[in-house]
Amino acid sequence: MELVLALGIGVLTAAGVWLLLRPRTFQVIIGLSLLGYAVNLFIFAMGRLRAGAPPVLKGEGPVNPAAYADPVPQALVLTAIVISFALTALFLVVLLTSRGITGSDHIDGREPGE
Amino acid sequence: MPHTFLLLVPFGAPFVASLMAIFLPSRARNAAAGLAWLTSLAGLLCLVALFPAVASGEPVRWSMAWLPTLGVNFTLRLDGLAWLFAVMVQGIGALVVLYARYYMSADDPVPRFFAFLLAFMGAMTGMVMAGDLIQLAVFWELTSLFSFLLIGYWHHNAAARDGARMALTVTAAGGLCLLAGVVVLGRIVGSFDLDVVLASGDLIKNSPWYLTALILILAGALTKSAQFPFHFWLPRAMAAPTPVSAYLHSATMVKAGVFLLIRLWPVLAGTDAWYVIVSTAGMATLLFGAWSAVFQNDLKGLLAYSTISHLGLITLLLGLGSPLAAVAAIFHTVNHATFKASLFMAAGVIDHETGTRDMRKLSGLRRSMPVTAALAIVAAAAMAGVPLLNGFLSKEMFLAEAVAHTGGRHLNLALPVLATVASLLSVLYSVRFIHQTFFGPPPVDLPKTPHEPARWMRFPIEVLVGLCIIVGVLPAITIGPILAVAVRSVLGPDVPYYSLALWHGFSLPLVMSMIALVGGVTAYKLLGPRINASQRPWVVGRFNGARAYDRAMRAFNNGAAWIVQRLGAARQQARLRAIILTCLLAAVLASGMAGLGFDEAGLTIQRPGLGFTLLWIIGGSCAIAAAWQAKYHRLASVVLVGGAGLVSCLTFVWFSAPDLATTQMLVEVVTTVLLLIGLRWLPKRLPGLASPQQEAKARRRRASDLAIAILAGAGVALVAFAVMTRPSASPLARYFLDHAYSEGGGRNVVNVLLVDFRAFDTLGEITVLGIVGLTIWALLRRFRPAADSLGHTEQKRIQDDSDDRREDRKLGDTLSETMLIPRVVMRWLFPFIVLLALHLFLRGHDLPGGGFAAGVTLSIAFILQYMASGARWVEERLEIRPLVWIGGGLLIAALSGVASWLFGYPLLTSWFRYVDLPLIGKTPLASAVVFDAGVALLVVGATVLMLVAIAHQSLRKSRPVPPVVAEEDAV
Repeated sequence: MELVLALGIGVLTAAGVWLLLRPRTFQVIIGLSLLGYAVNLFIFAMGRLRAGAPPVLKGEGPVNPAAYADPVPQALVLTAIVISFALTALFLVVLLTSRGITGSDHIDGREPGE
Repeated sequence: MPHTFLLLVPFGAPFVASLMAIFLPSRARNAAAGLAWLTSLAGLLCLVALFPAVASGEPVRWSMAWLPTLGVNFTLRLDGLAWLFAVMVQGIGALVVLYARYYMSADDPVPRFFAFLLAFMGAMTGMVMAGDLIQLAVFWELTSLFSFLLIGYWHHNAAARDGARMALTVTAAGGLCLLAGVVVLGRIVGSFDLDVVLASGDLIKNSPWYLTALILILAGALTKSAQFPFHFWLPRAMAAPTPVSAYLHSATMVKAGVFLLIRLWPVLAGTDAWYVIVSTAGMATLLFGAWSAVFQNDLKGLLAYSTISHLGLITLLLGLGSPLAAVAAIFHTVNHATFKASLFMAAGVIDHETGTRDMRKLSGLRRSMPVTAALAIVAAAAMAGVPLLNGFLSKEMFLAEAVAHTGGRHLNLALPVLATVASLLSVLYSVRFIHQTFFGPPPVDLPKTPHEPARWMRFPIEVLVGLCIIVGVLPAITIGPILAVAVRSVLGPDVPYYSLALWHGFSLPLVMSMIALVGGVTAYKLLGPRINASQRPWVVGRFNGARAYDRAMRAFNNGAAWIVQRLGAARQQARLRAIILTCLLAAVLASGMAGLGFDEAGLTIQRPGLGFTLLWIIGGSCAIAAAWQAKYHRLASVVLVGGAGLVSCLTFVWFSAPDLATTQMLVEVVTTVLLLIGLRWLPKRLPGLASPQQEAKARRRRASDLAIAILAGAGVALVAFAVMTRPSASPLARYFLDHAYSEGGGRNVVNVLLVDFRAFDTLGEITVLGIVGLTIWALLRRFRPAADSLGHTEQKRIQDDSDDRREDRKLGDTLSETMLIPRVVMRWLFPFIVLLALHLFLRGHDLPGGGFAAGVTLSIAFILQYMASGARWVEERLEIRPLVWIGGGLLIAALSGVASWLFGYPLLTSWFRYVDLPLIGKTPLASAVVFDAGVALLVVGATVLMLVAIAHQSLRKSRPVPPVVAEEDAV
């Protein structure tokens, strides 16, 4: 399981980084989204992988911490998901505005060679 | 009345009144002035009521914990010295407010002026009453900030803007030095409390850090009090309205530096370093300021340089380090404030009634404004040190100290001579001020016909000049007791003998005084015409601190530009490549040195299941395909990214993170909708034809980028694997699991973490979300799409054409028919999605769900309606107010946190309990639910705002694509 997820994170990262280095704004947005998934999964994986142990307390009485997955990375990732949506939206709007002003969707705001 | 209340009024009331003044209508001159006047008067009365307590010798204190972990308290501490300064701040403040009411034009936004002035008054009072060094530095910087706002009050005037910026740069930089200095001082002593610091004089002076602390603190004090060579900001600050000059730049703010020197005099003074730095700076400033003042042609310029010179005199006295000199310094501070504030006000009256401040144009004003002339003459005489006025007394003390300090140190032999010269110059510029302005032939060619000012505009000057005379004639029974209390608070019980009598017999200081008076008048008689004719001060005119400052600022700008040019890549791709390569290099170095920590023995690994492997084969393929298609097939790419998102969502489900899965799923929906709406405004991109050389170059670049990407991916995979295979022993997880229910009252630990344990973080995050929403909204308000995206989309054109061709159809019928079934489904879904959002919200504390998920769900409900029926249809039927929701959400979240203060708990402490509700039964109630409601409301607002702002762009009137020729013409 760990190996598969690690490879998955690696593929997401590689695809994201490759897109970050592309010249068109839309490619960079897609790259940031993919990189966002990779980072969120990475942070989540820092709490180790446990199946069937969601951190929702069951029953009364004292809590057995060993019976639940680590809630801390989950809390961190939860807000990160929402913030990365905000980032995507902001970047999309910046790219639309920039294209409206410069007439180009190249990340430098002008076509290469101009 | 209890002392606490009396202490809090002079400090707190100005801030409260300042806030109130902001909300007054911009024409409410009388209301704002009245408010400011009553505030300062109330502060003054409270201070007067506190005098008996202060005079008893023990400082009046009020303290509360501010940053307890750093040992910093918020302490108001009123001793004799603080009392004296606070009375000056409030008393002269009251007079300046009255004066400003008549000085300010009704066309200016006067309430804003008074709001700044009041805030300054509060900051200054907070500074002098500070019982904690850090607090002192904070209020010190606040006075710099409000001074900046006040100097730049007439912001349409370039000189005001430049002067404000210069003053802020110099004094705020000094303030930062001061902060560093008091931190060092606090470390030496082990406490920031002023009483503790003042009791540790020997400890401080013997510390190896003494010199560091001293230089940093002096950097703050000397810049603030406009000491040479930092004096240049003060003349430029004269672009401020004259009430500001009278208040800040003569009586109060520039005295802050002097105040600090007096405050810390008992623990810092008396060493050689102190003597050399402080007395040299003071002497240089005294002479330089007086000499420059002689040559000014602007009334306010003359007064500014004279202020610099008098501040130099006080600094010099403090630098000498003897108790008697310190007494003289305190006394002269008060005297200078009274006569200089009144002179500034008189200069303002002259400016106000004649339209000019240029002494070369002014002449013979004593005929048209006799009362003002008389008042200014008395105040100028006090400045010159004429007997029977307050300036004479402190100047005599200064000369006596100069005589007493002959012998021993480097400055001392010259001290009496230089002091006499400085006094002579001071007489010279005072005489010139009076003679040029009020005597001589009647003025010609003035912009206005001079006349006496309004009755109450003159009143503050009369009060101050009256004080000059009363103190000058009867010092022992007027200022005597107050001075005694102030001096005792600085020097402790062993106050040296000093006498405030007018007549000390024929002594050397008296002779020096006489030489100065006679010499000054004679010099004016002889040199007056030549001084008036000169453009800039003789000898020192070439030295211009302001020009050096400007040059330094330009050098900073050029240096920054140079760095950007050299290090900032003009091209984004090159820069990103450099950043990523640097990260890779750092990671390789770090792991090479420390290793990844694989431990063969402790390797805990779960065998990969077939389902999960299959899932990630799909996920990885989606990611690679999305990367591959992002250039020419954007729609496909968006769908594929969604696929990768779903796989990561399923991974969350698989490994016990239901909250994450829910949120990821919902966010996936809005992200996809967002990208789809955005696609419409992007240019059509088709594989173009490139030359073989370009093609080869592009291929090489892609190959190297691919290598970088694979390297990055492999590295992250390796690190992730290394961490995941090590056993986990996070004490954090244990703590939160143990305390979630007992202290947070919820069973869903992730949600309890978000809304309770780490609620402050969440508050910050939703603030960011709200700001992003507002930014997008603001960006799109002025959005101009590129020319080729202006026309209708191809699909819409085809639909419209077919509507056009057939006579039985109206425009838009095809669109409406195409959407018929989805529209019915989506409209009916609306109440159910709202219900789902409510459900997610309510169960959030105990089961997966919560404010974030509920907010995003609700925004999906709205956006579906937009998609199904169009923006107009929705907005005619539903109240879509995302801006209000964002503000409301943030307010609810913040207030639910602040509410815990009312019960005496720290910010965002939550409260929970089970209550028995009729019908529903036992229900958990937690104050965190209110916070979560704020989160949900803000998330709805921000998400809807983002989506709707982009969606609204389709409503713009679509124009036909303009012909290419027109564009060329425009270029």
